[in-house]
Amino acid sequence: MRAVVTVNLKTGVLDPQGEAIKSALGSMGFAGVEGVRQGKVIELDLAEGTTEAQVTEMCEKLLANTVIESYRVEMGA
Amino acid sequence: MKAVVLVFPGSNCDRDMAVALKAVGADVTMVWHKDSALPDGVDLVAVPGGFSFGDYLRCGAIAAQSPISRELKAHVDRGGYALGVCNGFQVLTETGILPGALVQNASTKFICKTSTLRVETSNSDFTARYNAGAEIDIPIAHHEGNYRVDDAGLAKLHGEERVAFRYTDTPNGALDDIAGILSENRRVLGMMPHPERAADVALGLTDGSPLFQSLAEALVAA
Repeated sequence: MRAVVTVNLKTGVLDPQGEAIKSALGSMGFAGVEGVRQGKVIELDLAEGTTEAQVTEMCEKLLANTVIESYRVEMGA
Repeated sequence: MKAVVLVFPGSNCDRDMAVALKAVGADVTMVWHKDSALPDGVDLVAVPGGFSFGDYLRCGAIAAQSPISRELKAHVDRGGYALGVCNGFQVLTETGILPGALVQNASTKFICKTSTLRVETSNSDFTARYNAGAEIDIPIAHHEGNYRVDDAGLAKLHGEERVAFRYTDTPNGALDDIAGILSENRRVLGMMPHPERAADVALGLTDGSPLFQSLAEALVAA
């Protein structure tokens, strides 16, 4: 089974990479990009029976730094 | 002073740190991150700069889970001293020993230059040999030195006078110009600038020396 963890900077935490991407898109002529936030996606291949609670614990302890980041767990088949 | 310098895969300021500590008379042991114990009677654990684990995931995040980091936490909980510089500061925040986090520089660029810091407090065993308000030149070399902490955390740092150093001209976007902070018991210092790179006449900068001298004086009897 698989789980996908998406980690993003919390709202209000400056995202210099997102700002750089936004500025690049603007200079390429893409109008109307009002905000860019860059995060990361972590795909986990898990043994059967691994619970969402265990993945959440992984997020809390390592995958995300909850001082600055939020995360979302999607448990897949 | 009995000091330990932790070495992670990708640490690259570990030997510089050892040289700076030895210069003030410390007995220094290098300790590999897989070791599960610190030598007996250690006064100070230094967490050096570098790119531990290639900065994968987040700077310092993997190192914070190394076996020796548990020992580092236990040492700090016992009231032991710790100094984290650059990547070492990132490791100290990732372990939760110091509050806040270090994110990418506002410019998105790696910055390598001499920065001017203002010493904000001489009330610590790291800064006792400085005069509060003094301006010192210490090199920085980092890509993720932009200090962040929530409002409550910042208020606490202010209230307890735990900001040790501020940039006079912030290069990286750090909140409140913060370059280095102390723990609640003032025995842990984390800072992005590199005092060990400014502690020898041959290097051209010596403003980092008083930090190591302060430690040596405080820990001579310890």
